[in-house]
Amino acid sequence: MSPLLELDELHVWFDLGEGRELHAVQGVSLQLEPGQRLGLVGESGCGKTTTVLASLGLLPQTASVAGRVLLNGEDILAGGEDSIRPHRWTDLAIVFQGAMNALNPVQTVESQIVEALELHGRASGRMARLRVGELLEAVGIPRDRGTRFPHEFSGGMRQRAAIAMALSCDPSVLVADEPTTALDVMVQAQILELLDTLCRDFGLALLLVTHDLPVVAQLCDRAAVMYAGEIVEQGSVDALFHDPRHPYTRLLFAATPDLHGNGALVSIPGSPPRLDRSVEGCPFQPRCDRAFDRCTVQRPLLRELDGEREAACHLNDVPAVTA
Amino acid sequence: MSVAVRQPGPVIESEPIRSRRGIVWQTIKQRPSATIGAGILLVVVVCAVLAPWIAPYDPHEQVGPVFGHPSWKHPLGLDDGGIDMVSLLMWGCRISLVVGFAATFVSMVIGGTVGVAAGYFGGRTDNVLMRITDYFLVIPDVPLMIIVAAIWGPSLFHIVIVIGILLWTSTARVIRAQVKSVRERVYVKRARALGAGHSRVILRHVLPQVAPLLIANTVLTIAVAIFDETALAFLGLGDPSRISLGKVIENAFQRAAISTGAWWAIVPPGALVAVIILGCSLLGGAIEDALNPRLRVAHLSARSFKLRPLVGRGPEAV
Amino acid sequence: MSLLEVEDLAVQYPVARGIVGTVARKPRQVVRAVDGVSFSLARGELLALVGESGCGKTTTAQTVLRLVEPMRGRIAFDGGEITKLGQRDLRSLRRRMQIVYQDPYESLDPRLTVRAAVEEPLRIHGVGGSKAQRDERVRDALGRVELTPQELFLDRYPHELSGGQRQRVAIAAAIVLDPDLLVADEPVSMLDVSVRAGVLSLLDRLREGGLGVLMITHDLSTAARFADRIAVMYLGRIVEEGPAAEVVGNPQHPYTKALLSVVPRRDPRDRTRPQILQGEAPDAVRIPQGCRFHPRCPVALPECRDVDPDLRPAGGDHCAACILVS
Repeated sequence: MSPLLELDELHVWFDLGEGRELHAVQGVSLQLEPGQRLGLVGESGCGKTTTVLASLGLLPQTASVAGRVLLNGEDILAGGEDSIRPHRWTDLAIVFQGAMNALNPVQTVESQIVEALELHGRASGRMARLRVGELLEAVGIPRDRGTRFPHEFSGGMRQRAAIAMALSCDPSVLVADEPTTALDVMVQAQILELLDTLCRDFGLALLLVTHDLPVVAQLCDRAAVMYAGEIVEQGSVDALFHDPRHPYTRLLFAATPDLHGNGALVSIPGSPPRLDRSVEGCPFQPRCDRAFDRCTVQRPLLRELDGEREAACHLNDVPAVTA
Repeated sequence: MSVAVRQPGPVIESEPIRSRRGIVWQTIKQRPSATIGAGILLVVVVCAVLAPWIAPYDPHEQVGPVFGHPSWKHPLGLDDGGIDMVSLLMWGCRISLVVGFAATFVSMVIGGTVGVAAGYFGGRTDNVLMRITDYFLVIPDVPLMIIVAAIWGPSLFHIVIVIGILLWTSTARVIRAQVKSVRERVYVKRARALGAGHSRVILRHVLPQVAPLLIANTVLTIAVAIFDETALAFLGLGDPSRISLGKVIENAFQRAAISTGAWWAIVPPGALVAVIILGCSLLGGAIEDALNPRLRVAHLSARSFKLRPLVGRGPEAV
Repeated sequence: MSLLEVEDLAVQYPVARGIVGTVARKPRQVVRAVDGVSFSLARGELLALVGESGCGKTTTAQTVLRLVEPMRGRIAFDGGEITKLGQRDLRSLRRRMQIVYQDPYESLDPRLTVRAAVEEPLRIHGVGGSKAQRDERVRDALGRVELTPQELFLDRYPHELSGGQRQRVAIAAAIVLDPDLLVADEPVSMLDVSVRAGVLSLLDRLREGGLGVLMITHDLSTAARFADRIAVMYLGRIVEEGPAAEVVGNPQHPYTKALLSVVPRRDPRDRTRPQILQGEAPDAVRIPQGCRFHPRCPVALPECRDVDPDLRPAGGDHCAACILVS
């Protein structure tokens, strides 16, 4: 089955002026099957948000993009804005980071979703309002609350409204960028359950972008770990936790406290490399606890390993060293 | 509770965030409007300061006929008393600038104090000070000056005080707004939590953040002060014993320079005032703009990213 | 004798009515941010105040430091009452109680070098004699927060440091005076995951040196790992309190149980049944009658509408405010 959404060697550069460039995304490739949930995980600055914004064509003027974004096999990036626009929101929808704070404060929630429907020619007038009522109920907001303004909603409700807006045009892929980061743990649980239900009921594929590993472990089937603009490991969440093939993945899990966990909690020293300079060797090497001589000179490529996994680490090539 | 930890790494140079230190100087160097403004002011101030030495003629000495035409010896002609215009302008500048700076100083001191006190202490202090500010805002300037001149006589000192008293209100409001926002910053609250007294917090943490705005506001206020002084002198309320640019215009006006066609007696002083005000506005405006916390968040413009041909990862061998 | 003792603390804020409200004679409303909180903290102990937003944990911590005025209640620090202490006496007390804030990007004055920032508390309180002596203490503080070699950091400005390093500087400035109590308000929530453990274990080590730490956090996993005791707050009240392992391993209050059940686990195979409560916590203006949790409680009984339970013992040092607790 061909993937629903595929990113093929996606690169993004930001122009910093004075001839300098920030290579924010460095050759990202991933596939999303229909109905699948893929987590894109990484810490601040790793390029995960930039990656998804690039696939929706939502980058600023200072950005240049290379690579392909295939939606059902069709490269939607090739024709620039004109080839992306018909798919934005109707096939690929996004709940932005902090979307709950980006709702228009002077428009009622209902009218904002109606606007989305009318803009994309899905419905108008009474039909639109009916549809909005359905959507609001689907996300757990009582229909009659739709005529209220965003500031009358709590944070969790606003996030639900943002999700409703994203689903308004029946997309097949939902991208959620840090959907629960600013929310309390109980509300987070509600939203995650909502995403779970919606994806099942509407047959959506979900691309979840977050720094929160446990959230990915709970909601997604597969995950891709990003570091310094590239994917360093990809595979099922189970494999990533129980059998990581990249030191960063392993250390990231080890640095995440667990409610009943017992192991030693680690901290990864140092910081990610600057992306406005080219890096010699493996970008993670300065912070890695298993680096050896090859790591300083040769950059590891993302290679396929057994069992539908990929990892970019020399340790996977050297049988004796992998302990 | 065994927790394995390693040393934090050495400092990695992050992108240097443009710090607010020296932002005034940076602005002057980088923005053309600021450079021009600063340049104009520099030239004017230097000429005014050095007037006693570089003015070609004495400003009280008649060197030719009344309203003499411009010539090589007198590029801007002569005024109603036969005095060389160029020298008159240079000397006139001195008074105009002195009044402008002095009045601005008065206004800054009052406005700055009121603004900082109102913004920092908030509550009742803020209310009281802002009501006072509102009252002063409402006073019409020219009638007040006429009254002061009428009652206490027109002297330079009175002019400075009057202008200063009228101009401090806008400074107070601007400073108050900035102080209010700085006061809410975490490091200010932290300093208070550490036990720092009010004076320490204000001097060390609040004022440095407010200073660039104060400078911008000062420069802009100088423009207004000079304009006010010129207007007052033109209306005959200025100090009769001192020559300011406004007085020069007033003299020319009174002595029928227009009907005589002696444009050189009226236009140059007016133009000079306009140029000084322009210089102040350019400089002050540029600094204010530079201080605007413009959001660096990339604007999601959906139509203009650039596509590049796909390049390979390079010849890395596996 | 405990380092810090808080008894029946209450903090209220009036809700502004505005002109329309006043004219329409709307009843005056108050936000009962902290509504009767009691706890104690011993030397060398790390107590985590846990709860969701609006539960009053931050207000409690700030009130303990007298940065916010309590409406009623008692605060005792090292045996002495500080509830009504005047501002001047409080100033000298601040040497012994310090605070670290959540946002490392905002808590340091961008104009001060690291040296100046860490030295400032010494100057404020006139401690440390000569410049050389102060310098020595600054270096010592930086050493204790593991920013070594100190030369690498002393003359840097905050914008040249990472988030984790900034937070360490903030902690250094807090401990340079050798305080007895440190309040840490969400000390790592704005830091990357890979950096958190370092800062938290630093706090842990400082605690071992005799420092009492009151940590505010919404992250139960962090509290479970690092705290000696946990106090769970809901709508201005502590609903459960006890040794961390006890509260997490054997929660007694229905809210605590629900909260623990919805914390995402990092092992994908750990599929617990989450008990997701519906809706959100009500406004602190309209605190429910009786047990404040009863409208959302999955096991509420009719009595819960009438009884506002105190913290009842649930074995050992562990207590919970629920009538179902023995």
